[in-house]
Amino acid sequence: MVKILDLKKSSTILDARGPRFGAGITTAVLSIALATNNLWVITIQAIVFAIGAFKGPQFTPYAFVYKKFVKPYLKGETPAEDIRPPQFAQSVGLLFAITAIVGLLSGVEIVFTLAVAFALGAAFLNAAFNFCLGCEIYLLLLRARSK
Amino acid sequence: MNSLLPIVIVLVLASVYGIWYVRSRGKVVIKAGKGLITAQMIDADLGSRATLVQFSSAFCTPCHTTRLLLEDVTAEMSDVAHVEIDVESNLELVRKLDIRSTPTTLYLDARGHEVGRAIGAPKRTQVLSVIAAIAN
Repeated sequence: MVKILDLKKSSTILDARGPRFGAGITTAVLSIALATNNLWVITIQAIVFAIGAFKGPQFTPYAFVYKKFVKPYLKGETPAEDIRPPQFAQSVGLLFAITAIVGLLSGVEIVFTLAVAFALGAAFLNAAFNFCLGCEIYLLLLRARSK
Repeated sequence: MNSLLPIVIVLVLASVYGIWYVRSRGKVVIKAGKGLITAQMIDADLGSRATLVQFSSAFCTPCHTTRLLLEDVTAEMSDVAHVEIDVESNLELVRKLDIRSTPTTLYLDARGHEVGRAIGAPKRTQVLSVIAAIAN
């Protein structure tokens, strides 16, 4: 029998432009990380991902920049978004950032490069094309896990 | 400072994918003669003319947009039903129908035959044209 969860029961609602702006900054930071192989740059991004994943995307420093310096200048209707999709994306970003850090610390540079490249690709897609990571990979993960 | 080549490769590949991604969202892929979906399978009555079966998940912003649109479209049509199914608690059905991402909307005719499906939030005109095609 089919059971339908209450999908309409939403959690916190955000300004959808906030996470997308954050993805723009993330794109820049991950580009710097990829170009420099710098441990501190990827660590800072990992901390930002961790705040977004565990506390919520509205609490990251990038969200603070958005609220303080960008939002006041935006006009028009505020597009609303459930907190869960961007929070999921931040969790995936955190996993890739941790993988990159482990790769760098253990001297396996290719692991660092690939992990940062995937995270950069996803962040750029989110910022430029409003790509929804959870839409594309969450179901695949569910299907793979319960096979 | 390393080479900037990895950044360029990532941004080019992501841009190609992104353009395809934006263009293909909501586009109805016709699947003539494939699959029969019964009221029992989706635990809801089929519409007497057509049924729109939307598969959603919690980590999916366009699922919300799709729900609002399909609810709005079907509200004016008593013979077209909109059914939303959570993928997480219906994995067996998801596998059977080969649903791979959310939102995926299946368009069913009066007997429950799948005539087409669309991945991503559709536009109103896309939904209306499929419903019109089913009626004929």
